[in-house]
Order: sequence, then structure tokens, then C-alpha cells
Amino acid sequence: MAKPLYPTPLLDQLESGPWPSFVTGLKRLAKDKDYMVDVLGHLEHSYKTRKGYWKGGTVGVIGYGGGVIPRFTEIKDEKGEPVFKDAAEFHTLRIMPPPGMHYDTATLRKFCDIWEKHGSGLIALHGQSGDIMMQGCTTENVQKAWDEINMMGFDMGGAGPAVRTSMSCVGAARCEQSCFDEAKAHRMVVNNFLDDIHRPALPYKFKFKFSGCGNDCMNSIQRADMAVIGTWRDNMGTDEALARKWFAKHGMNELVNDVIGMCPTRAIQLKDAGAVGKDAHISSVKINDTQALEINNKDCVRCMHCINVMTGALAPGQDKGATILVGGKRTLKIGDLMGTVIVPFFDLKNDEDYEKLVELGQTIVDFFAENALEHERTGEMIERIGLVNFLEGIGLEIDPNMVSSPRMNPYVRMDGWDEEVAKANARKTAA
Amino acid sequence: MTQAQPRRADECGVPDSKKFLHPKLAANYGNWKTHDRPRPGVLHHVAKTGDEVWSVRAGTQRQMDVYTIRKLCDIADQFAEGHVRFTIRSNIEFMVSDEAKVAPLIAKLEAEGFPVGGTGNSVSMVAHTQGWLHCDIPGTDASGAVKALMDELIDEYKHEQMPNRVRLSTSCCEINCGGQADIAIVIQHTKPPKINHDLVANVCERPAVVARCPVAAIRPALVNGKPTLEVDEKKCVCCGACYPPCPPMQINDPEHSKFAIWVGGKNSNARSKPTFHKMVAAGIPNNPPRWPEVSTIVKTILTTYKEDAHPWERMADWIDRIGWPRFFEKTGLPFTKYMIDDWRGGRANLNASAHIRF
Repeated sequence: MAKPLYPTPLLDQLESGPWPSFVTGLKRLAKDKDYMVDVLGHLEHSYKTRKGYWKGGTVGVIGYGGGVIPRFTEIKDEKGEPVFKDAAEFHTLRIMPPPGMHYDTATLRKFCDIWEKHGSGLIALHGQSGDIMMQGCTTENVQKAWDEINMMGFDMGGAGPAVRTSMSCVGAARCEQSCFDEAKAHRMVVNNFLDDIHRPALPYKFKFKFSGCGNDCMNSIQRADMAVIGTWRDNMGTDEALARKWFAKHGMNELVNDVIGMCPTRAIQLKDAGAVGKDAHISSVKINDTQALEINNKDCVRCMHCINVMTGALAPGQDKGATILVGGKRTLKIGDLMGTVIVPFFDLKNDEDYEKLVELGQTIVDFFAENALEHERTGEMIERIGLVNFLEGIGLEIDPNMVSSPRMNPYVRMDGWDEEVAKANARKTAA
Repeated sequence: MTQAQPRRADECGVPDSKKFLHPKLAANYGNWKTHDRPRPGVLHHVAKTGDEVWSVRAGTQRQMDVYTIRKLCDIADQFAEGHVRFTIRSNIEFMVSDEAKVAPLIAKLEAEGFPVGGTGNSVSMVAHTQGWLHCDIPGTDASGAVKALMDELIDEYKHEQMPNRVRLSTSCCEINCGGQADIAIVIQHTKPPKINHDLVANVCERPAVVARCPVAAIRPALVNGKPTLEVDEKKCVCCGACYPPCPPMQINDPEHSKFAIWVGGKNSNARSKPTFHKMVAAGIPNNPPRWPEVSTIVKTILTTYKEDAHPWERMADWIDRIGWPRFFEKTGLPFTKYMIDDWRGGRANLNASAHIRF
């Protein structure tokens, strides 16, 4: 039995309503822990004054330079003593989740037991980088909790200027749109960087994310320094039984308005079944006895829209891999940047392909470590030095898939034009 | 009490997910054929072998006490063969091999207070940041704002009545850890930092702080004989970038740290290329514990989108069709001069055409 709760009239208002309440959870923990009584008092003080009161510091575990997010209270009395003394320290341990965030209940229960014993009993599933966030621990208990979590086979995530914890979608485990083994890529790439995760020494953070198709459920293009997004380069797959079933249920209006009309590159046409093209790059599927969809796979950009609408009837092809983009990030410092293409198609079929993906990641992180300024993300570095210099630095050839259009201004030195034409012709011959 | 030989970390890295997979998922790994949604909150996947699995999705409060997690584990042990997974938006999914267990599982989850939904064309749980509970630089408490908002949007979570999926995020500062979204709710500071000149020299690495400013508004200075930093308040864009490396440059202000609302962010490549969200409302008070002004504007935008968008149009696709003037007209939100982009590259966001809708 813990000490009595402080009055929390503001937080109490977050206990009503139908959505699950984290305040109710905090109060349940506070029944047994003085620690959480003070955390509630601390949070109520923030609600009352509309300010945060945690400051950082240095707390770690033996052998690692990151992964613990230290928090010390700044609510002090006139003598400089913490007002909420049982919550003077509220550190978080970032723990890397398995790919796809799958768990068995035995594992989750073990996390709970460890965190009830050594920490606050509050666990966020998951933080915005994907970490299991074990929230709230004293400096004294950080190592004890970590030892037990680590002995379960879980490792700490990144913090600060380091390779960060990664995320991958549910992918091959339960999704028909999956274009590569997301979990395998996730583990092989990230586990190659354990030193850079645990001992922050890069110019700034570096994030990998893995999405199995263009739907990009991991939001990789906007947030990852290196985004691996599944795609295919042969023809889209089709299934006539499922296409007929879809059409029987949804009808012509939906087929025209929601599928054909929404294709961004007008690659889909409705044809008489007998008149569909015979070219090698055409996919077609009958929707009834007389009509068929005809898809020109040369025009298709693998956006996933028609496959999302007619799941199973239309499907990714067989020759699968991923598009690699670099440089995605949010606002600070120069403004939002999307990841941009550096490899239009990266084969991901056998072990050797996955090894090559690891090598590409290593090459990019090495270049970033050598060339980025302090606190500069990959996207900002590329903005500063130009994509061509970046590509030369990591040894990749240029490709027109990397641009949305060629240059729109004449302000460039072009002394090397003839040599570049020779290179372009050589690339054409080699292809 | 130091141990004679401290335990060294086992640098084991990301664990293999194979051992955690539901048996049906493990058996059909990489071999799925199609899926449908028998009802909101339920995904039904069919493998090429003909194997079927039903996934029931439920909302959680993201930061959970151990009692809540154990309760979810009890439910998984009873109905879902002891396996669960989480989505990127903190929803929990229970995989079920037997269709007959779906309805009782849903009934149990609802009875225990976990709303079932978040699939297809619903409003899923808000991706959000940490806030006052744990962050060192928060302008607000995302957990509270999200709880209040989801209380009001729960019907949209439990039904699939939107034109397309709706993804929301909330962020406690302009770093926007919550991420891009169809509707993003983000703190927007409106006053330059208040500097405690007594502390700067001891706490902050001054050249690093100067370098952090996106508009070069920070310069070294001497105040009362002490080295410190000063801000050119005319240049300052109140982004708060100086605050994390230099806590004596307090940017959070109970009165002047406001909320802004952004719409039309989309990471999916489906139809249009991915887009960033755009600012459509600002100056919204940071009003705990339930931030009613935020919820009102979010609901106005959602209602307008729901009534007006065509099937499969995401927020960005819908606005692309109707145009920004009609977005502001239909939502009733004021279009102000602050929405005209003047950051680098911002000219690309002006209308360089005679395309006008009348």
C-alpha cells in the first residue's frame, strides 16, 4: 500500500470517456508505489502550470553510451530539494522490438514482472522510433532492470547521434503485398550497426525503416535516412476468380471511379475481353465474361492503389525487391525533406542480396560519418553537397529514376559534358 | 555495493521475430494470397495454402501500466493462442485461427474497455509523442490531448465510414516526433525564447547553439559581465531549436505556446506521390486537461472530409480535387497570410498557373 495520492483534479478529467485512460493506469500503479504517487503529482503540476519539468542528464548501463533517456525533476522547493522526492528520477530504457512488433504473452509478462520490480510499471508500446519504452526508473535500478531485460534476449535501442532503433511492417508474416522479407532485412541491417547504436559517435541520428510495399506503413519516406520500400519490376499479378468476385460485389461504377479513374499514370484500361493487348508487358484479367482490365506495366509506377482496392484480384509481381531512398526527415533544421531515390530496384531474393543491402547501408553510414556536419541529417548533407557528389561518394551510378524532372536552370559548369555522354552511352550498352 | 565483476551487456541486437509469431503466421510466412475485412476491426487473411487467420485490432492508451498489459495477455491466452502484435499506432492485434473465437474475443475486449476498430477507412489511434509525462522539452502533453480527442472520435475508430483511412498525429513541439499525418496537431511557439543569462555559460555549448538556429538569429553576447547568448527577436521564428541544446533558452510558454493544425500529409505512394502536411489552423490555446478547442477544429475538418471526399480519396487527394480555397470555405477556417510559405523553396507552393476554381 502506497502513500495517499495528491489531489489531481485536472488529470481526473482524463479518466472519463470511452477511450482507455493512461491516467487510470497511472493511478492503479500508484496504489502500490510511492514512486507513482509522486509521478502523478508531478504530472498534475505540469497540467496546472502548462509546462514540463524534466531535465536530461547522464545515466547509462555498463558498456553502452546510449539507450537510457535520463530524467531528473526540476520541481524543487526553496532549498533546492525535489518537491516530489519519490519521483526525483524518472529515466526511460529504450529496448528494440522484434521486427513487426510480434510478441508471445510470456515475453510481455516477463517485461511486466521486471518493470514492476525495478521500474515504475509503466511501459509504452511503442515509442515513435519503435522502441519498447520502459518508462520510469531510478538511477540505482537502471542497471538491474537492464540486466534482466538483456538476459531475455532483448537489446537496447539508440539515442542521440547514433544509428537508431528501426521498424518494419507486418510484411511477409501476414500481408499479401509484401515484396521482400522485411524482418530479415531489418535484423541483418540493424544488427550490423550495434556499435553505432550503443556508442553514439555519428554527426547526428541515422534511421533505417523497412516497408514491404509502396503503401509504406512504416512511414519510411518521411522519416528514414535510409528507407527500404518493397516493389517489383515484372508484370502485376492477377487472379480471375477474385477479380470476377470483386466485380460482382462492387459493380461498374466502382470499377471505373475507384480503380481505373484513380490510377495516377492512366495505366489501366477497360477492354473487351477479346481485345486485350498481347504484348509481354501487359497484364489483364477478366472481370466478367465479356470485359477485362488491361494494365500496361511499363506505365505502372507500383503505387499500390488498384491492388489496395482489388486485393488478391490484382497483386505485386514475382520479380520482387525494393526501392532505396535516402534523406527523409522532419523539420529541423532546414525544413521537411522526403527521402529520394538512390536505387530504383534493389534485388532482394537470396542471402547474397541481403548481404549487399547491409553493405549499402554500411557505405552510406560511413559516408555520413565522414562528411556530415555536426547535427546534420543525411538529407541536409545531400542538400548541401548535391546528390551527384553523394552518389559519387558512395559509388552509385546516376539514373533518371532519381529525379522528378531534369534541371530547370542553366547555372551549372558543364566542362565534362562529352565524358558524361560517353559514360551514359557505356551505361546503356552495359544494361 | 559494487559487484566484483560487473555484468557486460550481451550485444544481441534486434531479436528474431520468428519465435514470437502466431503459429498460423509462422506457417504461412511470405505465402499470403489476399485479405478482406468481415467487419471493422477485423482482418481476415487467406494464405495460398488456403489457411485462414483472423486478426482483431483494438485501441490502447499506448503507455500502459503492467496491469493493463497483463489483462491483454490474459485475453490473448484465452482467445488468441498466446500471441499478439502491435501496430505503429499502438493498436494491439490478436490473431485467431478459429473464426468462432472472433465474436467472443471482440465482446471480451469491449467489455474490458478496449475499443475494437482502427482498420480500413476508419480514424485510427493517434500516433503521438511523450509530452509532460517524460519529455525534457515538451510544450504540451500529447497523451492527454490524444485521450481527449479519441474519446470524441471513438465512433470513427469503431466504424469504417470515412472516404479512406485517416491517420492522425500529435506532437509536443515543432520537432514533430508524432510525424506527418492526414491531420497533425503540433505545438507552435509564438514568442522567442526567454533567456536565463545567469545559466547559459555553464549549461550550453554556445557555438553549437548558434549553429542550431535555422535563421541565424542567435549570437554570443555579454550580459552583466557574463558570457551568454542573445536572440535577434525580429529574425526569430520561435521554432525552439535552441532549447534542447540550451535549456536556459526557455521556449515553452503557458500562454504563448499554441497549437497549430496541419492537414494532407500522406506517406503512402498510393495514387499521388507522398505529401507533407500543410498548416491550416493556428493560435489554438494549449488548454489542458482536455484541449476542447483542438478537438473542435479536428472534428470540423473530419466532418467536412467525410461528407465531401470521394471514396478512396485521402485528405490530400480530396483537397487536391477541390482546391485550397474551397477547403477553407467548406471548413470555415480562416486563411491568413501566415499560411503563404516564405521558407526556402516556398515559392514552389504558390499557384504558378491560371488554374482557379470558381
